[in-house]
Amino acid sequence: MDRVLFGDNQFFGVNHMSEEKARTQAMQFQNISAVISVLDDAYAEGIRTFMCTTHARISEVCDHFRANPEKYPDYKFYPCLPYAHKYANAAAEHGVLGAIRSFLPQENALGALLKGGVSLARKDVEGLANLLIDAELKMFAGLNTPIIFLQNVATDFLLGLGFDEAFRIFADCVRERYHAEPAFITMNAPMLAERLEKIGIKNPIICANINKLGFRMCGGIPAYEKLIAEGRCRLVAMSVFASGALPPREALEYVCGYPQIEAIVFGASSRRNIAQTKKLIDELTEGSAPSAPQRRAAGA
Amino acid sequence: MLKAGIIGLGKMGLSHQSMVNAHPEMKLVAVCDTSAYVLDVLSKYTGVKTYSDYKKMLSEEQLDCVFIATPSRYHEAVVTAALERNLHVFCEKPFALDPATGFRLADLAERKGLTNQVGYHYRFIAAFNEAKRLLDQKLIGELHHIRAEAYGPVVLRAKGSTWRSQKSEGGGCLFDYSCHAIDLMNYLVGRPTTVSGTVINKVFSSDVDDEIYSTFQFGKNLFGQLATNWSDESYRKMSVKVSIWGTNGRINVDRQEVQAYVRHLAKPVDGISEGWNVRYTTELTHPVWFYVRGEEYSAQIDHFVHCIKTSATPLSTFRTASDASLVAASMRVDAEKPRTQVSTQIAQGESAFEPGNFAPRPRSFVRTLFDRLQRTNG
Repeated sequence: MDRVLFGDNQFFGVNHMSEEKARTQAMQFQNISAVISVLDDAYAEGIRTFMCTTHARISEVCDHFRANPEKYPDYKFYPCLPYAHKYANAAAEHGVLGAIRSFLPQENALGALLKGGVSLARKDVEGLANLLIDAELKMFAGLNTPIIFLQNVATDFLLGLGFDEAFRIFADCVRERYHAEPAFITMNAPMLAERLEKIGIKNPIICANINKLGFRMCGGIPAYEKLIAEGRCRLVAMSVFASGALPPREALEYVCGYPQIEAIVFGASSRRNIAQTKKLIDELTEGSAPSAPQRRAAGA
Repeated sequence: MLKAGIIGLGKMGLSHQSMVNAHPEMKLVAVCDTSAYVLDVLSKYTGVKTYSDYKKMLSEEQLDCVFIATPSRYHEAVVTAALERNLHVFCEKPFALDPATGFRLADLAERKGLTNQVGYHYRFIAAFNEAKRLLDQKLIGELHHIRAEAYGPVVLRAKGSTWRSQKSEGGGCLFDYSCHAIDLMNYLVGRPTTVSGTVINKVFSSDVDDEIYSTFQFGKNLFGQLATNWSDESYRKMSVKVSIWGTNGRINVDRQEVQAYVRHLAKPVDGISEGWNVRYTTELTHPVWFYVRGEEYSAQIDHFVHCIKTSATPLSTFRTASDASLVAASMRVDAEKPRTQVSTQIAQGESAFEPGNFAPRPRSFVRTLFDRLQRTNG
């Protein structure tokens, strides 16, 4: 996993601090070429991984990368699924089951639909989950997706329900069908880590808010610091600036102060901000102790 | 440990189940729904006990409290059954569709000393609570205007197959969206004394309303406007915004931030200066024990537990929810009445001088000539 990953919230009108800013960004990135231009800026700054939702518009980004392999020879996508709002909106319109049905593959019709129908009828959650995962990941066909994340709304909803089997189903599907590493986004990292361990998912990749403010770090900062120190999972820190509430250097000093954190994901809209953040992470990372994988690689 | 049950496992019920199950002071004993499919999956994978008949669940299980998230039409019967068994009740909004029923259930719960809460979760968003704190301190002086808006992408085409698209089931933008905005206005400045000029209109739906506009009056000199529309695709999800004007400034508030403009600061208020003051959700929000889809959803459940344990009155009760239903019902009555209308059409000829009509501008010589030519040619 690269040290710095590029996120996509800024492209889709997600801003945890201001709806006005979110709308301005949605307008700015209305045209997919504006998104690609920012990804190019990030690439030029040495960021080779795009961690993105399965929002319908990402498929246009995928088309671009598929069409230009020589321009991005070493590029990686980390898809995060499902894109939850489309399910939530569909559930309000069609009911919970209707929403699931509406996202089962339409084309390749007979086989997929039959399989979906059978899965629904037999309460075969695994078959159904595989179909939904396939539908979400279709846009990434032919691209390098070495890690696939389960979005936090799904992870945390299932975590709360105690639907632990779903994590295993997700992990198996990602490993077997996509030859990728399963990963989990959560707002409840200490609780999730414990649960995943219990069902035998060892040393999982977990992406969680890690910031000095404790913003959306359920379980509290001490529990997170304990989790980080124990090194039982591979951590990706997100929301490191707490949506802009923290000044960049102060925010990154805190996160980079934990060498166990393997990667940092952030989103930005301008070359200047991307460059500044990347430079700061590199600077603060070099100054810190080697990370857990580096230590392992060194035989420590 | 409070023993809890959940009745109704749609979007809200399942989301409650996730949070209730994760709450350290609650034990989820059983759930109830009419969908055998949902029950089978839950029972198989989460081990929770399931029922398809809520009466059976209420009589067989020893519960302390129950969460009700059925379609709105069933709230009355289910809430009544739960109260009769002396259970503390958390019911989804809009609670009872008919305000009289709502107040009757509020009386019953209060008489029995049972904790009663309704899922108006906007009351648990830190930014709205900060706005309330500033209003309670009279920071922007005497209020004269409040505007509440709620927009989102629920109905974007002429179809829909759930109870939300049926009027008889309590569907429609009025009960789904407007009630949140009405409840927030009630929370911030009190229940309006009158409603007028209500427009309840369809955009795509065939049976229910998609957009609602209304004018409110609160006491003598405070007027409000409500604008809600659930057929707006430009929003990613439901978005509620309230703007309030007073003699000493204004406040804009949504879930993300509070912006307060203060003209003159008579006495120091912590963290507030004259001019614009902006505070963000990141600094205002209190951490929750478990997060699924927004702190407010977790916070309201934790609050319910707290109120049961301490006998405190919840922030959103059967009574405050019935206040919102009363305003919504008044708006329906208002919308069906003949509306006071003053025409803005410029009438032809002498009738234009009738009272209420505006006088037309004198026709120009060129226009008159043009008309005559038209007639001649025609």
